[in-house]
Amino acid sequence: MRLKIVPDNTKIDFIGYHKLAIGFSIILVVVSLGLFAVRGLNLGIDFLGGIMLEVKTEGPADIGTFRSDLGSLGLGDVGIQEFGEPDVLLIRVQRQPGGDEAQQAAIKTITETLGDRVVEYRRNEVVGPTVGAELQEAALIAVLAAIGAILVYIWFRFEWQYGVGAVIALSHDVIATIGLFALFQLEFNLSTVAAILTIAGYSINDTVVVYDRVRDKLRRFKKLPFEELFNLAINKTLSRTVMTSFTTLLALLALLFFGGEVIRDFVIAMIWGIVIGTYSSIAIAVPLLLYMRPRRGDEDEAPTGEDATSKGTAPEAG
Amino acid sequence: MLQFPLWKKALIGIICAMGVLYAAPNFFPEGTFDGLPAFAPGKTLSLGLDLQGGSHLLMEVETDAVVKERLESTVDGIRRMLRAERIGYTGLGVEGSSVVFALRDQTQADLAETKTRDIDRTLRVSRLEDGRFSVTFDEATMAAARVHAVEQSVEIIRRRIDEMGTREPIIQRQGEDRILVQVPGFDDPGALIDIIGQTAQMTFHLLDERAAPGQVPASAPPGTMILPSNEEDGPQFLVERRVRVSGERLVDAQPSFQNNQPVVSFRFDTLGGRQFGDVTQENAGRYLAIVLDGKVISAPVIREPILGGSGIISGSFTVQQVNDLALLLRAGALPAPISVLEQRAIGPGLGQDSVDAGKIASIIGLIAVMAFMVMSYGLFGLMVDVALIFNIGLIIAILSGLQATLTLPGIAGIVLTIGMAVDANVLIFERIREELAGGRSPFSAVDAGYRRALTTIIDSNLTTLIAAVLLFAFGSGPIKGFAVTLSIGIVTSMFTAIMVTRFFVVSWLRSKRPATLTI
Repeated sequence: MRLKIVPDNTKIDFIGYHKLAIGFSIILVVVSLGLFAVRGLNLGIDFLGGIMLEVKTEGPADIGTFRSDLGSLGLGDVGIQEFGEPDVLLIRVQRQPGGDEAQQAAIKTITETLGDRVVEYRRNEVVGPTVGAELQEAALIAVLAAIGAILVYIWFRFEWQYGVGAVIALSHDVIATIGLFALFQLEFNLSTVAAILTIAGYSINDTVVVYDRVRDKLRRFKKLPFEELFNLAINKTLSRTVMTSFTTLLALLALLFFGGEVIRDFVIAMIWGIVIGTYSSIAIAVPLLLYMRPRRGDEDEAPTGEDATSKGTAPEAG
Repeated sequence: MLQFPLWKKALIGIICAMGVLYAAPNFFPEGTFDGLPAFAPGKTLSLGLDLQGGSHLLMEVETDAVVKERLESTVDGIRRMLRAERIGYTGLGVEGSSVVFALRDQTQADLAETKTRDIDRTLRVSRLEDGRFSVTFDEATMAAARVHAVEQSVEIIRRRIDEMGTREPIIQRQGEDRILVQVPGFDDPGALIDIIGQTAQMTFHLLDERAAPGQVPASAPPGTMILPSNEEDGPQFLVERRVRVSGERLVDAQPSFQNNQPVVSFRFDTLGGRQFGDVTQENAGRYLAIVLDGKVISAPVIREPILGGSGIISGSFTVQQVNDLALLLRAGALPAPISVLEQRAIGPGLGQDSVDAGKIASIIGLIAVMAFMVMSYGLFGLMVDVALIFNIGLIIAILSGLQATLTLPGIAGIVLTIGMAVDANVLIFERIREELAGGRSPFSAVDAGYRRALTTIIDSNLTTLIAAVLLFAFGSGPIKGFAVTLSIGIVTSMFTAIMVTRFFVVSWLRSKRPATLTI
């Protein structure tokens, strides 16, 4: 007996609910952008510059004393949080005015203040303002270039309608992920950008699979209305969509629970991205085609039916 | 899609065998395969700093200082020339990126111009609107000087780090004026910056006779400068500008003891030894200041000529300071100051924790996905599982063979690949199910399933690969590691899904020849 998450021959009317889904997504995007505008992102030192120390303390740490001790050093904002274990702390200090000596001096002051309470310095990072600004720029370029390259690729392999649909769905996922980070004030750093780009890759991967089937069905069933045809394509690929998302989530959950604190935010971003990416391929990417009406392959080409080999793959007789 | 010519079978076999072979050394104790030739399997994964612990520094060479120094020495050159030629001048100095001066007597203009050109062929001499001379270097010369300063800095930092005796440091020039330094296993970036951040420019000057040490006038008379002591609250010194012996002439410097005080003993090359002998012979009774990076570290009285070309530097040093100073003098001075743009250090504890966490997460993720595949596809799931193990083997093999750096995000990339790798097979199997439901025979359904899923697999994987390649291009450090494993994972999982599992499925079909098929 096989395990089947999705039963055979589903006939769910996804397209029937597409207005609801698009409405929900518009709200999601608006709320995300609003959160981004109002709360902003909790930028890590990668982008902001500053000092970060991860320390292991003698026994469970009393964050209150640490905060008051380090807060009175005159180093500006000092952020202290527990990091995975009760005896591991993450200390973040804003960048000190002055050159490198000022940063080194601040670290020295902190280590002297902490003294014997710290048994191990696990991580020690200082990022200057130039590098922070450059990393911000590089991250933005990477995300935009990825979206642009994907648009071009899909345009080349499919038609422009699919390219536009895929990029809208993809941007939706990226914005929703940024919204999640703004909402929970998770640390937004270089790893987050990596996660976002991977989400972009995954989301597009999902969308391409469904689109591929849409194109296939469009060539085969020339008379079927778009709504029914899209439903057919989504239902036919539903099992695969859910299976792949599920195995990917299994692997990510293993990372979430066993992969350690350092990559936790990265993994949370990915998990959210997989869920939202799966949703958007079905509920956003395909319905968007309704509004752009892609060609059915024979409209302006040789009307010889099965042999109408249009761009891309050769359709099979079925 | 059901045909496997012999060469294809052989190719699949060879690739899988190579994967096993190159991945294998990682499962043996370190050093087992030392001494094998470079191309032979024997290399293990090269762990990034975040996994093995160590320091990462991104530094910038302040090449403007080199330009400024060149300009100032040009000022000296022009002054000497004008004096020698008895040309009256005013307002000689540096303005922006050029040296300017005016003549008292305009009839000497042509002479001044030719003589200035003679000082250095790379100088560009021109006249400003107000009649003053403007002397600049041509762009190419300045650019070359900057490049040279950065390259020289890389070389000197390398020497300093080598002297520290750390293993396998990475010292690379990055971009125009940056240097990347990575020192595995050394997690005290402060100490590292102390060593490589110091310019360590040492020069020997005479103290000006007009002022005793500690008693300096309010402003320095021409040809002299007021320098602080390197000790906090130490006296100030009035030092002659002229360099009597330069630290460049040092050939050796070692820490030692004199009267139970830690000191640095040094030795000059032949020319330096002669210069040192001359200055000590001619100036007995005067003070000789030893200046390091603009601070006087000691200023002893010259009691007798030192003709052997060697001497000692004493001062109130600790043993550590003496060791560092000797190291810096041996390795040479940096041509320009450098500043730290980015510093990251990971302690060995965190590195080991990350390796352990990564291992556990990978194994658990792998088991979960494998179990799920068997539950969903039975025997076919088992075939996918075997291919998945080959897939991971291939990723490890390629990482080891290429000596690509494995980082913590890189491990995440592998775990993610485990989850996504089965996608191609899921696509194929779901398609075969559909074809079977459409009434095809097992052979025909498998053939059609592979054929039709193929373009989808390629399209979907290529788009992910695009994202991964961009990550590699724009990412830095650990993120690059993630992009590397993700890209390798995409390629290997396409190979194992399309070739290896297909080979299993087809072989099974051919030997069993089932009348019906359930996937």
